[in-house]
Amino acid sequence: MSSGLYNTHKTDFDTTLDLTKIKPYGDTMNDGKVQTSFTLPIKDDERAVEAARQIARKMGLEEPNVAYHAALDKNFTFFVVYGSCVHTVNYNDIKVITVEEETMSMDQINDYIREHFGRKIVVVGASTGTDAHTVGIDAILNRKGFAGHYGLERYEMVESHNLGSSLPNEEFVKKALELKADVLLVSQTVTQKDVHIKNLTELIELLEAEGLRDKFVLCCGGPRITHELAKELGYDAGFGPGKYADDVATFFVTELDKRGLIKK
Amino acid sequence: MDNKLNLNQALVDQARASAAKVADDVQSFIDVHTTVTVERAVCRLLGIDGVNDVDVPLPNVVVDHLQEKNLLSGGAAFYVGNAMAEYGITPQQIAERINTGELDLSRVPVHTPAQIRAAIMPVAQDTTERIRGNVRRRNEFLKAFGDKEGPYLYVICATGNIYEDITQAKAAAKQGADIIAVIRTTGQSLLDYVPFGATTEGFGGTYATQENFRLMRAALDEVGKEEKRYIRLCNYCSGLCMPEIAAMGALERLDVMLNDALYGILFRDINMQRTIVDQYFSRVINSFAGVIINTGEDNYLTTDDAIESAHTVLASQFLNEAFALKAGLREEQQGLGHAFEMDPAVENTFLYELAQAQMARQIFPKAPLKYMPPTKFMTGNIFRGHVQDALFNMVTIITGQKLHLLGMLTEAIHTPFMSDRALSIENAQYIFRTMKDFGNDIIFKPNGIMENRANEVLTKAADLLKEIEKLGLFSTLEKGIFADVKRPRDGGKGLAGVVMKGSEYFNPFIELMKGGVAE
Repeated sequence: MSSGLYNTHKTDFDTTLDLTKIKPYGDTMNDGKVQTSFTLPIKDDERAVEAARQIARKMGLEEPNVAYHAALDKNFTFFVVYGSCVHTVNYNDIKVITVEEETMSMDQINDYIREHFGRKIVVVGASTGTDAHTVGIDAILNRKGFAGHYGLERYEMVESHNLGSSLPNEEFVKKALELKADVLLVSQTVTQKDVHIKNLTELIELLEAEGLRDKFVLCCGGPRITHELAKELGYDAGFGPGKYADDVATFFVTELDKRGLIKK
Repeated sequence: MDNKLNLNQALVDQARASAAKVADDVQSFIDVHTTVTVERAVCRLLGIDGVNDVDVPLPNVVVDHLQEKNLLSGGAAFYVGNAMAEYGITPQQIAERINTGELDLSRVPVHTPAQIRAAIMPVAQDTTERIRGNVRRRNEFLKAFGDKEGPYLYVICATGNIYEDITQAKAAAKQGADIIAVIRTTGQSLLDYVPFGATTEGFGGTYATQENFRLMRAALDEVGKEEKRYIRLCNYCSGLCMPEIAAMGALERLDVMLNDALYGILFRDINMQRTIVDQYFSRVINSFAGVIINTGEDNYLTTDDAIESAHTVLASQFLNEAFALKAGLREEQQGLGHAFEMDPAVENTFLYELAQAQMARQIFPKAPLKYMPPTKFMTGNIFRGHVQDALFNMVTIITGQKLHLLGMLTEAIHTPFMSDRALSIENAQYIFRTMKDFGNDIIFKPNGIMENRANEVLTKAADLLKEIEKLGLFSTLEKGIFADVKRPRDGGKGLAGVVMKGSEYFNPFIELMKGGVAE
C-alpha cells in the first residue's frame, strides 16, 4: 500500500480518557481503531470491496479501510479491514463474576486439606458426552500438569480419577457415586455448534433429577468456558484458558469448606 | 540421504531388530484370531452393502448372525461362500435373506472347501479387480499431472456436513492443498459399525461413510482436473472399524489413511487384542490399495511431554514400521508420525524439534513422514500461533518431511475457517519456496546440541524397545509405558468381538491382497 502508512487523519475528537465511554485504542486515545478479518461468499472485485466496507460500517466501524482482499475461491473473498469503532461502553458499570480466591500453591492446598478436612479429597474428572478430546482434563489431572503447574494426581491430599473421554453423563454420575467423589470436573474441548452447552446442561439436569446436585462441588472447563457461563448453567465454577490445576484446587477446597460438605 | 546427523547406526539396527521381534511375537496372536470388524470388512469386500429398516448395516446383520449362531470362528467368507454354493445367489442376497430371517447360515448343508472357494473366489477377484482399477486410475492422474515434489500440504475439513466439506475442500485445493482430510465426527471411532449414506450432521467432523467418501472423491477429481494436480483424499482408519474403513477407502480410491497399530488402545481405550488383529487386516488392504498410512505418534505428545518423551515417539515409529512390514505394507506407504509440540517457553526447543525431525528422516529414509503442527501450546493468540506454525513449516522443509499437516493460526479456537486454511497454505508456500534448498546447504555441527540430542533420544528409544522386547507388547501396554496410559489386556472396548479362528477359516482377501500394491 502506498497510502495510509502514516496517520494523517485529523484528531478532532476528545483525547481524554473517560471510563464511562471507553472505546478501542490504536495509537491515540479514543481513536477507536479496530482490525477485523472475514470472508464474504462473493467474487473478488471492486463490488466485493464495497460490500466489505458496508459490512464494516454496519459493524460500527467508521471510515473502514479494506487493507487487503484476496480470492479464496471463485465465489469467496477474504478481507482484512480496519476502521474506527463508533461504540463506547461504560467501564464503571461493568460487573463480572469471577472465581476470586487467591490461588494457593500445591503445598498450601495440601495443608489446607489436612487442616480443614483431615482426609483426601476425591476428585473425579472426565471429558463427557461425545467429546473424545482429553487435552483439557489431562492438563488438570495428569501428574505432569501443564505449563509448569503440576496436575492433581501429584497432590498428596487429592485422590484423583481420570475417567478419560467420550463418557456419557449417566456413566459419569454412576462412577462419581461409586468412587465417593467430593468434586466433579467436566472438560469440554470440541465445541462445534455449541454441543458443549447442551452436554453441560444435560449433566446438571441429570444430577438434579437424582437429587445429587448438592452433594458435589461441580466445575467445568474448556477453551470456550467462562466462569459466568458456568454459573449460568448451574455449575459452581468454570475454568477457561490460562487456568491450571492449582486454580481449580484452590476453588474446590474453599468451596467444600464454605458449604461444609466434609466434616472433619 | 547422507548421514547428516551422525547417528549411531548400531543402535538404529538394534532398535529395528527389537521392534521386529515384538511384531513377530504379536503376529502369532494375530494369525490365529479374527474379529467382528475383520469379518464385516470381508462382507463389504464381497459386495454386501446397505442398511436394514432400522438402519443396521447389512455387514453387521451378517456378522451378528454368525456370532449368534456361534459360527464367527469359521469366518464370513466360509459361511457366505457355503450359502452361495448351496443356493447360487449373491452375497448381497444372502445378507438380505438373513435380515428377513429367511436364511439361517447354521442350517445350510456344508459344502467342501473346494466348492466354497469356487463360489467365493470369483466374487473376491471382482473386488480386487475394482481396487486395481482404482490404483490404475490414481497412477494415470499422477502420470498426467505429475506428482508433487516436496512436502504435500495437508489440510482438514470438519464442518459435519459432507456438502459443506466439499465446498471447503475445493477452495483449499485451489489455494494449493495437496491432501484433504475429512475429520470424522467425534465419537465415530467407538461405534462398532459404519454409518450409511451421505451425512449432514456431525460434531467436530463428518461421518466416515462410503457414500461420503465417494462424494468427496468425485469433487476432488473434478477440482484436480481444473488445477491439473492430483488431490489426495484422507480419512481415518482407526477405532472399532479399522478394516471396514480400509475396505471402503480401497473401493472409493482414498489415498491416505490414519492407521496406527496402537492409537486406539491408548487413546480410545479399545481392547488391545481387538486393535492388534484389526490393524493387521486394515494394513493388508491399505497396502494393496496403494494407500499411504499415517501413524499417530503425534498424539503421545499431546498427553505426554514432548521434550521428555521424544524417545517414545521414535520407539513407536519403529513398532509401527515393524507391524506395517508384517502386513506387507511397503516403507514408501508408511507415513510415520511425529509432531512439533515442544513448549515454546523452553530455550532451544526449535533445535530439539529440528534434531527429532532430521533423525526420523535419516532412520526411515523411504517413509513419507507425517509431521503434525503445534496444537498443545496454541493459545488463541493467533498472531503468535502463526509464528509457531512458521517455525514448524521451517522444520519440514529443512528435514524433508512429506505429509505436512498445516497448522492453523486459529487452533484452540475453532475448526478451521476457509480463510484460516488459505493463510496457512500461504505461510507454508512462502517458507517452502524461500527455504527450498536450505536443508541441503547446511550441515549439523558434530557433537553440537542437535546431534547430541538426537543420539540421546535414539539411545533411550533403543533401550525402551529392548525392554518391550523382553516384556512383550501386551505387558508393555499394561504398564503404561506409552503416553503415560495404562491399558489392561482384557479391558477396554471391543474384546467381545475377538474370536479364535476355526480350522475351516479362510480370508480370501488376505490371500489376494497381501504382499504389495495392486498393479
